[in-house]
Amino acid sequence: MRNYIINSIFFLSIITIIVSCQNQETIDLQNYMSNGKDIYKAKCQNCHGENGEGLGQLAPPLTDSVFLKANKTRLACFIKNGANETLVIHGKEYKEKMPAFPELADIDVAQVMVFVTNSFGNKQGFVPYTKVSKDLQNCK
Amino acid sequence: MNKITAYLATSLLAISIFTACKQERKLPFYGERHAETVKDAAGAEKIDTVYQTIPDWSFLNQDSVVTTNKATDGKIYVADFFFTSCTTICPTMHRNLMTIYNDFKTNPDVMFVSHTIDFKYDKPHVLKKYAQKLGVDGPKWQFLYGTKDSVYTLAEKNYLVAVGEDSTAKDGYIHQGYLVLIDKDRRIRGAYDGTKEDQVEQLKKDIPVLLAEYKK
Ligand code: HEC
Repeated sequence: MRNYIINSIFFLSIITIIVSCQNQETIDLQNYMSNGKDIYKAKCQNCHGENGEGLGQLAPPLTDSVFLKANKTRLACFIKNGANETLVIHGKEYKEKMPAFPELADIDVAQVMVFVTNSFGNKQGFVPYTKVSKDLQNCK
Repeated sequence: MNKITAYLATSLLAISIFTACKQERKLPFYGERHAETVKDAAGAEKIDTVYQTIPDWSFLNQDSVVTTNKATDGKIYVADFFFTSCTTICPTMHRNLMTIYNDFKTNPDVMFVSHTIDFKYDKPHVLKKYAQKLGVDGPKWQFLYGTKDSVYTLAEKNYLVAVGEDSTAKDGYIHQGYLVLIDKDRRIRGAYDGTKEDQVEQLKKDIPVLLAEYKK
């Protein structure tokens, strides 16, 4: 019986340590992911699809990790200001216009961007909104 | 032995109750209706209900060919109102409609008709490009262009779908995202919100029900 109590206390403390070790960045990532998902559903899913699959040739998929990585610093600009150029996604050309979302604050842009780049098979990790704000100041 | 007979009897009873209760589902009629005196095949007069129908129409399709209501003769079809530069509900409506189009692709009795409400910009060649990029090819799904008056009147009076120009809206137009189901006699038999998955699923189930009405 005594052994049992000691064991339980031991395991409980291990669990506590693990939980509290979850650092601030992980918590931020979870917050961004959950808010970003709501924004995605409300503003992006109509064109880019529930699973980021896109819509025919009208809207590109968001599953091209190589493209997303290569254009890391431009993603925030695409999201806030829209896009109207030829983009090559998964080897296919897309040239329809993506609308701007001026109503999105920097933090919203950061959240939906983090959601996209960590969903649909992408895994690019956390980007804080201060970084996104900087990217947005450098949009062309 | 007695037990088995009793068991069989109850199951039979249960089965017959269930099958007797199963009525054939029939879709409702939408719009105005009035009673009319008609003569039946034997020449006897009787009172019949007459339902609202879609009137004759004529528009240019995505191939710039004059297309009329004759294109839908002998078919049931799904109609909707949209415009190609719409960034809000239209992509969802057509994403969903696309799944129905693919389901009934090989059924010659089913058609699709999308009217643009953007009479300024959505000329036939713009509709053609849109259709191709959506993944639609051929006459089964018609994309129709017409004057503001003809399209807006058809939408509001006949298909019962609200449409309009609105300079305060994000893309300059507002409209409802209904997918309207029309039977072979040009009557409205259903209206489904094309942005809601459950209603689109219902449309998918209702199309075979409507087709079955004509099988007898
Ligand atoms: C009206 C349809 C539409 C909506 C709504 C929309 N997009 Fe796009 N998006 C596009 C199109 C079209 C392109 C390609 C633009 C081009 O070729 O210049 C694109 C491109 C992109 C790209 C870069 C290309 C790629 O596939 O990776 C990203 C990232 C993106 N969109 C994210 C978003 C996010 C996030 C939202 C919501 C805030 C959103 N989009 C809303 C149509 C849309």
